[in-house]
Amino acid sequence: MKARLHSHTDLGGFGVAETTTNSTATDAPAPSRRDFIHIAAGAAGAVGAAMVVWPFIDQMNPAADTLSFASIEVDLSSVAEGQQIQTLWRGKPMFIRHRTADEIARAEADDKAPDLKDPATDDSRLLQSNGQPGKREFLILLASCTHLGCVPTFAAGDYGGWFCPCHGSHYDTSGRIRKGPAPKNLVVAPYVYLSDTTIKIG
Amino acid sequence: MSGPSTYDPKTGIEKWLDARLPIIRLAHDSFVSYPTPRNLNYFWTFGAILTFCLVTQIVTGIVLAMHYVPSIDHAFASVQRIERDVPYGWLIQNIHAVGASMFFLAVYIHMFRGLYYGSYKAPREVLWILGCVIYLLMVGTAFLGYTLPWGQMSFWGATVITNILGAVPVVGEPIKQWLMGGFSIDNPTLNRFFSLHYLLPFVIFGVTILHVWALHVSGQNNPAGVDVKSADDTVPFTPYATVKDLFALAVFLLMFAVFVFYMPDALGHADNYIPGNPLVTPPEIVPEWYLLPFYAILRAITFNIGPIDSKLGGVIAMFGAIAVLFVLPWLDTSKVRSMRYRPWAQRFFLVFVVACFALGWCGGQNPAKAVYQAGDYSQVVTYKAADGTEATRTFAAHTPEELAIAVRAWEQDNPGAEGKAAAVVEPFKFTVETFSQLLTAYYFAFFLIILPVLGLRETPRRVPDTIAKAVLDGSKAAAE
Ligand code: HEM
Ligand code: FES
Repeated sequence: MKARLHSHTDLGGFGVAETTTNSTATDAPAPSRRDFIHIAAGAAGAVGAAMVVWPFIDQMNPAADTLSFASIEVDLSSVAEGQQIQTLWRGKPMFIRHRTADEIARAEADDKAPDLKDPATDDSRLLQSNGQPGKREFLILLASCTHLGCVPTFAAGDYGGWFCPCHGSHYDTSGRIRKGPAPKNLVVAPYVYLSDTTIKIG
Repeated sequence: MSGPSTYDPKTGIEKWLDARLPIIRLAHDSFVSYPTPRNLNYFWTFGAILTFCLVTQIVTGIVLAMHYVPSIDHAFASVQRIERDVPYGWLIQNIHAVGASMFFLAVYIHMFRGLYYGSYKAPREVLWILGCVIYLLMVGTAFLGYTLPWGQMSFWGATVITNILGAVPVVGEPIKQWLMGGFSIDNPTLNRFFSLHYLLPFVIFGVTILHVWALHVSGQNNPAGVDVKSADDTVPFTPYATVKDLFALAVFLLMFAVFVFYMPDALGHADNYIPGNPLVTPPEIVPEWYLLPFYAILRAITFNIGPIDSKLGGVIAMFGAIAVLFVLPWLDTSKVRSMRYRPWAQRFFLVFVVACFALGWCGGQNPAKAVYQAGDYSQVVTYKAADGTEATRTFAAHTPEELAIAVRAWEQDNPGAEGKAAAVVEPFKFTVETFSQLLTAYYFAFFLIILPVLGLRETPRRVPDTIAKAVLDGSKAAAE
């Protein structure tokens, strides 16, 4: 206490602290000019440290060139009915499936099935990213099982769609999760039709 | 504990150095005159073995890094080149890959030792926690290292583990992208994993120094778990502990060498000799053996717990399994350190060790696999027999797939029968999944229920007054 008051005198006083030595009533002294400088310097130091740390954290985020690979174009005319192609988009595998009439019928018939874990109609899974309806024949999906990311195989499993061998998830012909540990449907990739037979993904 | 220094510099140079940097004094006091409890058994040699393992990984790792190329197009080939073309590359690569397994083998023995003899109890809490930090860093380092060869298991193991992080609500997805440096495991991921795999062992080295420092403050625990009370209780580190450590290390190296020279791939997975391919998932993704128990715990949570979905629940359980070790000093309520004098703790501990092994086994199995299956799957098919009457036929097979094949084959052979199949009757099955759940429950119960309660209820056996007495009692018992 003495030392504090002493320091006020040194600094020429700031008019904030008590000026009397017998302050037995209050144990905590009022903040002095030195306290203020300590807090201000500490705060400036902390902000400065955070500003230096941030570039070192942010550098690990996807780089500009990685982000620029973010869209690809695919020619659908090369995918025959009943066939599916797998490509990589942003390094992730994708399914582009040209569905048969039978697959479409099965998918639509199951729109209201009670065992849908993540209910969605087949139509809603064909929407382009601009909100326009897509084509029923072409299902554009991310090929990552929503459980832990394995690539499911087609024409396996109990629902005529995909089956993930890793931990046994079954998806139907609309890519909806029907059975197994996966929590969600296969994700529909964001795509738009550029022409009748070309799509842009991303 | 260390007492006054007994180092006596003899030569002029030693005296000169001692007045400026007393490093020889530090080494002498820590590894020569340092008093060690006279009753230490071979479980106390694993600290030295672990130090050896760390140095081995760092030396071989630095050599590998001279030849390894951290790029998705070259990583796999560069490891093959190390194994085939680089002079002695086969040896150094094998030592590093096998060394990781040996490191974990040693650390698990070291940890079970601490658990059994109560080495985590006061005044060694900080020592124990530093050990847990080292273990966590080792897990991280090994996971990062395993992605470097860029085989199928490298790629898909990394994919599955980073996807696990994605389970964390809200921040999971951004953290995942931040970690991968993109939208999938790719070149940026491999580069940073290499950088971090190079860094972490040196962090481990630093924490190891703190660990040994803390050890030399509180002194070593011992099989009797009683404190050192007089000079009768101890022997000097050199030659007693030094020679014992070296002998144990020699035996350990013998086993190490058997793996390196005769079965370098026995502990790895064959699929890692297939280059990583993001378009094809291997039929089964399993981590290295030393992480299997935690993988089993991760997969054991297949049910939602309130608002926590099963995927996040698994992640919490897996990290919780390691986190619980950190607070163990405050969970065990028993005043007696060594389980040697705790008859019930001893039994529960034994079950715990078995449960850890069993979890490891479960982690390598398909969760749906039956550990025990009471009988076959069966299905009754009702059909029109040749004479027009209704008949039934029962099919049975060990798996539902075999059953479906059998029924289909029969239907094809009998086209006119118009069979109607009833629902498949499943036999009672005890699956790997259920087994993992039971084991996971025991794992947590051991720390959170058994140890806290047992310390209050159990009547321990009589603990010897001093270490010297424990040794004498032991030799008397042996003589009788
Ligand atoms: C705590 C210590 C360490 C552990 C537990 C560890 C573990 C591993 C593991 C499990 C692998 C995969 C080996 C395989 O399956 O073929 C690996 C690879 C590798 N490690 Fe380490 N490591 C450690 C320290 C280091 C250090 C200090 C360096 C470099 C300075 C290093 C450099 C490498 C390199 C370049 C590879 C890729 C080549 C290969 O696969 O053999 N490691 N490490
Ligand atoms: S990753 Fe597909 S079921 Fe687990």
